[in-house]
Amino acid sequence: MQWLNAIVQGVLLGGLYALLAAGLSLMFGVMRIVNLAHGVLAVVAAYIGLVFVQSFGVPPFVAIFIVVPIMALVGYALQWGIFNRALARGGLAPLLVAFGLAVVLTQLLQEIFTADTRTIQVGSLATDSIKVSDGISIGVFPLLTFVVGVSVIIGMQIFLNKAPLGRAMRATSDDVETVKLMGIDNRQVYALSTALAIATVGLAGMFLGMRTQFSPTFGDAILIFAFEAVIIGGLGSLWGTLVGGLVLGVAQAVGAQINPSYGILFGNLAFLAILAFRPNGLLPKSVTL
Amino acid sequence: MLVLLAAAPYMVGRGMQQSLVTLFSLIVLGTTWNLLAGYGGMVSIGQQAYIGIGAYGLVYLAQTAGIDPFIVVPVAVLIAGVLALPISFLAFRLVGGYFAIGTWVIAEVLRLITVQIPALGGGSGISLTVLNELSPGRRIAYVYWMSLIGVIVVVGVTYWIMRSRLGLGFTAIRDDATAAASLGVRVTSSKRFVYVVASMGAALAGCMIAANTLRVQPESIYSVNWSAYMIFIVVIGGIGSIEGPILGAVVFFALQQWLSDLGSWYLVILGVVAIFIALFFPRGLWGLISGNGRIRLFPVGYTLANPLEQRSLGPNGRQSQREG
Repeated sequence: MQWLNAIVQGVLLGGLYALLAAGLSLMFGVMRIVNLAHGVLAVVAAYIGLVFVQSFGVPPFVAIFIVVPIMALVGYALQWGIFNRALARGGLAPLLVAFGLAVVLTQLLQEIFTADTRTIQVGSLATDSIKVSDGISIGVFPLLTFVVGVSVIIGMQIFLNKAPLGRAMRATSDDVETVKLMGIDNRQVYALSTALAIATVGLAGMFLGMRTQFSPTFGDAILIFAFEAVIIGGLGSLWGTLVGGLVLGVAQAVGAQINPSYGILFGNLAFLAILAFRPNGLLPKSVTL
Repeated sequence: MLVLLAAAPYMVGRGMQQSLVTLFSLIVLGTTWNLLAGYGGMVSIGQQAYIGIGAYGLVYLAQTAGIDPFIVVPVAVLIAGVLALPISFLAFRLVGGYFAIGTWVIAEVLRLITVQIPALGGGSGISLTVLNELSPGRRIAYVYWMSLIGVIVVVGVTYWIMRSRLGLGFTAIRDDATAAASLGVRVTSSKRFVYVVASMGAALAGCMIAANTLRVQPESIYSVNWSAYMIFIVVIGGIGSIEGPILGAVVFFALQQWLSDLGSWYLVILGVVAIFIALFFPRGLWGLISGNGRIRLFPVGYTLANPLEQRSLGPNGRQSQREG
């Protein structure tokens, strides 16, 4: 029963990983940018949320509606200010710039907020749980996170399939030259894609900040988890990212069940196993993005 | 210059020698990371894996097996090379940015495994106490000379690789892997070779760091900050040249020392500078100094002579840009 419980908890955790990974997947899909600052941006969102909750007394769930638009603006500005220039420069520039950004933001957070761990208090919601059977109880907050994560991914997929802007993003991903000929400014499409990606990671960061303790260097782990979810699932597919997140969550939960210090190691080993035996991921290119 | 550096233990104090060892390790890290990214086109943020293997290899073999530390260094470097080969098969399944994070995951896995091994001191690390049998003055001088030899070997080997047929192939791969392959360059095996050599270089730097500080701890030796150092050194100094990383390491080291009272602000400043340089001056400081490659201390590239400039003198009377 405790194994089943570990798997259930892993699936719930996986929903959060999928939410963290969705933006990484989107930015790679549209622009071929691997945003190495993705993890730290989630932590930036959590700190902004913390400031609103602690200093201004905003309720945590209201703070989400403030933080997510802020992060969307941050993403939009980053794309116009930095990434579009780096893409024009080509070669290794986007990757090096993203890495530089990640280091700078991490160190700035450390200078501003110190290296202490923090958390966004959500009161009794943090411990409330629903008892399913003797060995299994589902936390209300992890369940909520899971539902939000899965909904966002479904919403993003519908947006990319149906909405005019979503279609423009897919078109830009497929053939940027033709898109330009059609009168679409690809840089603007890029900026809106990054805004969407950073908004989702901001949302994920808020949930993460309410769920666990975080510190400035927590972005490193988040980037790695998000990346592992993307690769396990298979590049270029949001459904794959969702599956990848769930697999990673379960692997970590099962590892932690064996020995509390094995959790992250097991997640990494699951990733390396996929890399060795199914390098295209579990759901490669089932939906093109 | 080299004579002066070789004689340093007779002229400067111990603290200065230790600082120079740190600088040498940064030069080795920058030079080998540049070999990987600047010539091989592979951006790794996981070279700390090999720094850790080198450092732990040195300390474990010297402490437990009781072999002379200075003999262990080449052994530890070789071990890193042997481990890098199978790891490359895993890492090379990924390209570009995903290769970068993949190498980082591998480094993290090594850290998490190291922490679980009691013989390596678990989470708290181990000390290199055998070197204390030497008097401090001697110990520091020996470590200094070892590091000086190390840095000369690494820069020399890099220069040799880039002058060779392989080097020309690497430059072709970096510029266009598909075109290079179609012209008969063995892309994957060339990249693998460069990956193994660069990893051995990182392991050598790990040995220098461990011999200099006499202690390895998993959290700091496998820290991703090493990758930040390497990338900033190479980007600021000038990616894709041999001189660039050396210059970058000196700049990095100077700024690190100068701003040491201000915590990690030096990393913020270096990061901003690196972003700025990557966006606007892709050849880095060395590119600015050398006028985009006209002056070369280590001539490795082949430039086309501009026939127009050769025949009629340019406006500033320059005749040809081939010398150097």
